[in-house]
Amino acid sequence: MLNLAVQLGSTKTPEAVLFWMLAPLAVLAALGILMAKKAVHSALLLAWIMITLAIFYIAEDALFLGIVQVVVYTGAVMMLFLFILMLVGVDSSDSLVENIKGQRASAIVAAVGLGGLLVSLVGRATLGRSAVGLASANQGGNVQGLAEQLFTKYVWAFEVVSALLITAALGAMVLAHSQKVHSRNNQRDLSIARFRGASLAAAAGLPGSGVFARHNAVDVPALLPDGSPAPTSISSVLEARGDMITSKIFELQQKEEEEN
Amino acid sequence: MNASDLLGTDPGWIILVKGLLIFVFCVVCTLLAIWAERRWVSFMQQRVGPNRTGKFGLLQSLADGVKLALKEDLIPKAADRIVFIIAPIISATTCFMSFAVIPFTGNVNLFGHKTLMQLTDIPVGVLYVLAIASVGVYGIVLAGWSSGSTYPLLGGLRSSAQVISYEVAMGLSLVAVFIYSGSMSTSDIVAAQHHWWFSVVLFPSFVIYAISMVGETNRAPFDLAEAEGELVGGFHTEYSSLKFALFFLAEYVNIVGVSALATTLFMGGYHAIPGLTFTESWLGGWFTMVWFVIKLIGFFFFFVWLRGTLPRMRYDQFMKFGWKVLIPSSLFWILVVSTLRVMSQRNENRMVIAGFTVGIVLIIVAITSFYESAKRKQAILDEVGEFPEPSFPVPAIPNIAISQSAISQNAKEQIHD
Repeated sequence: MLNLAVQLGSTKTPEAVLFWMLAPLAVLAALGILMAKKAVHSALLLAWIMITLAIFYIAEDALFLGIVQVVVYTGAVMMLFLFILMLVGVDSSDSLVENIKGQRASAIVAAVGLGGLLVSLVGRATLGRSAVGLASANQGGNVQGLAEQLFTKYVWAFEVVSALLITAALGAMVLAHSQKVHSRNNQRDLSIARFRGASLAAAAGLPGSGVFARHNAVDVPALLPDGSPAPTSISSVLEARGDMITSKIFELQQKEEEEN
Repeated sequence: MNASDLLGTDPGWIILVKGLLIFVFCVVCTLLAIWAERRWVSFMQQRVGPNRTGKFGLLQSLADGVKLALKEDLIPKAADRIVFIIAPIISATTCFMSFAVIPFTGNVNLFGHKTLMQLTDIPVGVLYVLAIASVGVYGIVLAGWSSGSTYPLLGGLRSSAQVISYEVAMGLSLVAVFIYSGSMSTSDIVAAQHHWWFSVVLFPSFVIYAISMVGETNRAPFDLAEAEGELVGGFHTEYSSLKFALFFLAEYVNIVGVSALATTLFMGGYHAIPGLTFTESWLGGWFTMVWFVIKLIGFFFFFVWLRGTLPRMRYDQFMKFGWKVLIPSSLFWILVVSTLRVMSQRNENRMVIAGFTVGIVLIIVAITSFYESAKRKQAILDEVGEFPEPSFPVPAIPNIAISQSAISQNAKEQIHD
């Protein structure tokens, strides 16, 4: 669309230069979203597209919209996406097995349909017509004009949307909230429990990994004063995963010493 | 002629010169800030601090920078190479960008051209700073993720959660400034503080901003993202050499950035302190920059002072404080400010305004006193509720029965009071 606008002469040269520098990058990034194997890379490319769009908005004199696009979409929404992707799996890449039959065909049909719809709509609205109304809309300042529209003409829609968002946020909180059966043990409770326990061996905390051993890595057990490994010094997760190094090689080899 | 009109007449080369000057200013500020921080903290801890390299040790940070650059550059095997390299670049570039809208001086003469030391003036300048800050978080998050290691990931997540939550409080604290100045452009906000600084008029906003700017920059006592006792170095654990230097640079430029924004929004920007306004015309207007830098140094000293004084907060307390104290109180304050603003715009009777203000103060006092007394009662109840029945035989501890009954007796009396 902007290409046509350039030919029609309604776009200023710096704006056209900006467009031709950034638009190909945005398209490449969009393709990259589909091609990237890691979900985090896709998310990053999406963030890049959002920033590019914000720059376009600013170039089109929609300053407030551009800045808010960065704050809300890039800063908040994409960041939450990234959060989830990172927490779900640090190294997980998408599974390439297709479970739904005819997924590709229907996806292509839907994409072509949506694209055709958008192109025809936008084209009918802008093709062969020069854009009007920007000067009058921005007359009293971009922010002021937007505020006037939002809080007079569209105030009802605005309030309804905000009510919807608050409801959604509350719903998410209700779904994610779980009633605790017992109150959570705090530091003091845990300390008391250690001292009132059956044995006072762990009263001062569990032994650190690798203490007195020849290595101090987390997967190497500590050695007790008699030279035998202390099983409590290793995280049970590591043990279950099989990431623990067998402690035998770290035991003091007393027999050899005696022979010598 | 207002600031944006004046800036609109800048030719291209002036814009380039200004950009370069701002960059040099930030880098020099960083070098001096690291040195000053180490000297000040040493002074507070009764040490000497770096004093060998150059006069008073002034060249210490330069030497450290060269040392960092000459170190071996490591990329862990498990790291995601591209993102690992991009992350410090994002951090180090975004931190400079917010300075574009900060006004350093009033009208001055730059190489024979009449202008201001401000790169650009946009109607949503302050929002632009917030937007840049939110992009800057990407550097930290990606650094944590791409390192392919546990501690950096945890540090990255912590610090981004922290920056996002404190950015909300920061944004809310700025709303009162927007309402009072009637604009979101930095130069208009400075102009609106000609008579009274907003740190006086909007004191609660100023306090909230001052707290959230420390949280936003991951500095002590809110430096949980790099709590060395828990997370080694946090998001930059796996970084070395110049990449680490970029994060280091970004941290200090960000501190200078939030301080500059605080100066602009709350301390009258480049204006002189009241009573010394005649100094603003000295050196052809360039003396205003001295005032700006003095206020900037004041804020930076505040950062160092906090670091030298306060221990690190616990993470849950920190998040609770952000979401349950700072954000609700700034929302309440916005309500009060906008009501007062509307009253004064409608020329309401002074008695009405005074009555409203007194009412608000009374409500706050009532709520806090109720809260305090409830907390005290709860504390007494907790004291009594302790000592659960042990699940195994325990020899009787002498005096415990007496003291326990004494406590509960005492508590009952206090509650009945």
